[in-house]
Amino acid sequence: MSMKPFNAILIRDIKLASRSFGDVLTLVLFFIMIGVIIPFAIGPNKMLLASIAPGIIWMAAFLSSLLAIDRFFRADFEDGSLLAMRHANISLSAIAFAKLIALWVITILPLIIATPILAMMLFMDFEILIRTILSLLAGTPALIAFGGIGAAITVSLKRGGLIAPVLILPISIPILIFGISSIKANAGIGVESAAMLFLIAISLLAMVFAPFAIALALRLDQE
Amino acid sequence: MKKSSSATEQTLKKMNWFDKLAHPGQFLKWSKYLVLPLTIITILLFTIGLWFAFFNSPEDYQMGDTVRIMYVHVPNAWLSQFTYMAMAVSAIGTLVWRHPIADVSMKVAAPLGAAFTAIALFTGSLWGRPTWGTFWEWDGRMTATLILLFMYLGLIALWKSFDDQLRAAKLIAVLTLVGAVNIPIIKFSVDWWNTLHQSSSISPSGIAMPPSIYIPLFVMMFAFTFLFITLHIVGMRTEILRRKADALERKSLNQNEKRG
Repeated sequence: MSMKPFNAILIRDIKLASRSFGDVLTLVLFFIMIGVIIPFAIGPNKMLLASIAPGIIWMAAFLSSLLAIDRFFRADFEDGSLLAMRHANISLSAIAFAKLIALWVITILPLIIATPILAMMLFMDFEILIRTILSLLAGTPALIAFGGIGAAITVSLKRGGLIAPVLILPISIPILIFGISSIKANAGIGVESAAMLFLIAISLLAMVFAPFAIALALRLDQE
Repeated sequence: MKKSSSATEQTLKKMNWFDKLAHPGQFLKWSKYLVLPLTIITILLFTIGLWFAFFNSPEDYQMGDTVRIMYVHVPNAWLSQFTYMAMAVSAIGTLVWRHPIADVSMKVAAPLGAAFTAIALFTGSLWGRPTWGTFWEWDGRMTATLILLFMYLGLIALWKSFDDQLRAAKLIAVLTLVGAVNIPIIKFSVDWWNTLHQSSSISPSGIAMPPSIYIPLFVMMFAFTFLFITLHIVGMRTEILRRKADALERKSLNQNEKRG
């Protein structure tokens, strides 16, 4: 299999996102705003905020990725590109894989880059910030993979916007658990690295198997 | 009319025994004779089980009378997982053999599973209040059961949001299987995260309970399992009949349009 069509899809999606830069900016704003409204909800206590900051950042990333799910295949479905992709000379799974990687680059990467802003406002230690960024890098591919499955299943629903997150949230809980555990400084010896390894394992497995599930769902949807 | 009926007979002859059993029309015929016996067995099992549970089983030396909640709690917790298993098997049937009966089985199982899971959680919190001193605790098993309930409710919501039930079945089958793969991971992760719930008393190495408690428990587990089977078959019959009614309605509407 030549890598050319794969790269073409990947670059196309990233280009499309960079042309309509507003979407990326909106998502980053949403991410930061979730972090900013939390102090209003629980008070500006420095100790408290610093201790829950990793959780807040993970929640913000979690919710932002749920928000991004809907536009995963929607545009391609509506303008018929998805139908054309089914007749491409590479498999639909490979296309789904390319789109997953593209989605990670255009939605999650900007959030991770914006993380230091939130870290500063939530009084995070530098060491914890580094760990949070590492855990986000390790865990978010799985979030995107599950999100892709949800998006593929609900793509033909006109009111699919709310249902995909509801389907994806419960099965994404392990990612959140291991993501947070891999940051905790006061966890027992070895627990952090174990959590990190589990997180990486889930991400790798999800990224390998999700493209097949996505391709299957897209194919069944258009039968 | 006669010609069409003989054609159906011919296709019926060509089918093997499994296709015959699973053909929706045939299913309606043979399952009719199952409903009453299954109902009677279920009622009998419940009568015996409840009598044991209320009058003929000892109090626990620590928990006292509250131990009797177990006879409802454990069977429902077992069925909350069993039903998902049944749903996942039906999902394979939908995807591999594209069989309409598998679609129907999958669709009907979801609300049943949600109900069993909700009862397991409810009785669990009733039991937890006197024994642990709290209605809810973020313990591994309880959390995993709660997540399972959300998965059931999500699947039900997804069934409701599709108009075309045939297309819905295939897509939901994909999601059901993705969920089935995830259930062990979820269980493992929440156990790893926090654990308070007592571990299972029934394991391959033996049963950590006296017979006076495990006999009524097993009777109640059979009773609830038969309840599930009965409700599942009745639900499948209703769903098939509903689809037939829908098809007839659509047909008559089309004919009216042609005439009018």
